[in-house]
Amino acid sequence: MVDEVILLDYWPSMFGVRTRIALEEKNIKFDYIEQDLCNKSALLLEMNPVHKKIPVLIHNGKPVCESLIQVEYIDETWPRENPILPSDPYQRAQARFWGNFIDKMLPGLGKLMWGVKGEEQEAGKEFVEMLKMLESELGDRTYFGGETFGYVDIALIGFYGWFDAFEKYGNFSIEAECPKIIAWAKRCVKRDSVAKSLPDSEKVTELVPELKKKKRVG
Amino acid sequence: MAERSEEVKLLGMWASPFSRRVEIALTLKGVPYEFSEQDIANKSPLLLQSNPVHKMIPVLLHNGKPISESLVILEYIDETWQNNPILPQDPYDRAIARFWARFVDEQLMEKELVGKDFLGGESLGFVDIVATLVAFWLMRTEEVVGVKVVPVEMFPEIHRWVKNLLDIDVIKKCIPPEDEHLNYIRARMDSLKLKSV
Repeated sequence: MVDEVILLDYWPSMFGVRTRIALEEKNIKFDYIEQDLCNKSALLLEMNPVHKKIPVLIHNGKPVCESLIQVEYIDETWPRENPILPSDPYQRAQARFWGNFIDKMLPGLGKLMWGVKGEEQEAGKEFVEMLKMLESELGDRTYFGGETFGYVDIALIGFYGWFDAFEKYGNFSIEAECPKIIAWAKRCVKRDSVAKSLPDSEKVTELVPELKKKKRVG
Repeated sequence: MAERSEEVKLLGMWASPFSRRVEIALTLKGVPYEFSEQDIANKSPLLLQSNPVHKMIPVLLHNGKPISESLVILEYIDETWQNNPILPQDPYDRAIARFWARFVDEQLMEKELVGKDFLGGESLGFVDIVATLVAFWLMRTEEVVGVKVVPVEMFPEIHRWVKNLLDIDVIKKCIPPEDEHLNYIRARMDSLKLKSV
């Protein structure tokens, strides 16, 4: 039976990028369907009735929601090629821990980009602090997975497309604060799966004022 | 009894549902462990060293190696001691279980229980263990505060599910004793009232 894999996504999404990368890493053919978040499609609402959010991965008609859950699902369903999570339970637990940590950065980033004026300073500081913790976890390794690109790398790299936007609106330099993270990101971008999946930074930054207007109205 | 020397220690707190989840999982698997009650107001060096990022319980120490975050710990336990599996085998079912476990941590799950005895389907599973939070903590808090957040008329499925849970030995053993727990909740509410004045 030929697998049918569909991804409902939104091109700048930091979370959608994760699922795209995982699918590319495993060389899985999939149909990418761009979603208009202001005008949610019937398919999206049917496949993610609980949260009505992207990304949604649909495998042979069955939906899987939430990007990190999708990444694990992809790893477990197509286990032979380019394993994403390590095989040792303790290493897996560490990877999942850091994946959750990265997800916890989101509310702060929300404040940074869309928050009340004056909140960006504090939010920017918090974001940099969390990045520094990740930087210390990375240490001198090539990837968070060690020599192999893996789960934590996938969890974080999606944010890289937004780094320029964060720096602009938060008024700080990530390179100055966390040079090892920038070096790591540049290594990741050399991988085909990442290069194919990351949104263009410039386009993301250009999109921000439009998104700000929509969020004020919404 | 163990084949090799295994040291399992849980840094937890008797009133924390996150800590209790881990105890349920360990008990379900028959894993002997040492429970170390933590004082959150006065964090021990061991806790700070074992979870330097969040400095929170629960932390599981397996042969000295720390694992933090209750859902991460549950998955670790399931992968390390493979008897009485908590998560289903099929990747799709696992994805669904993980989704609902996260959801439970965020909100109520009334609709999901219709027609099922347990969130896991036929038997106590990953999501049920995670959801004991709602059942016991919410209902006991209701009793103290006098406000019905989960009234039986509006949430008949949740009440039915709680009744099922209370029939299970593992659950009975692992939830905090009612009287002490109610006193604890009252004390916390009082201290919150003082702060808000």
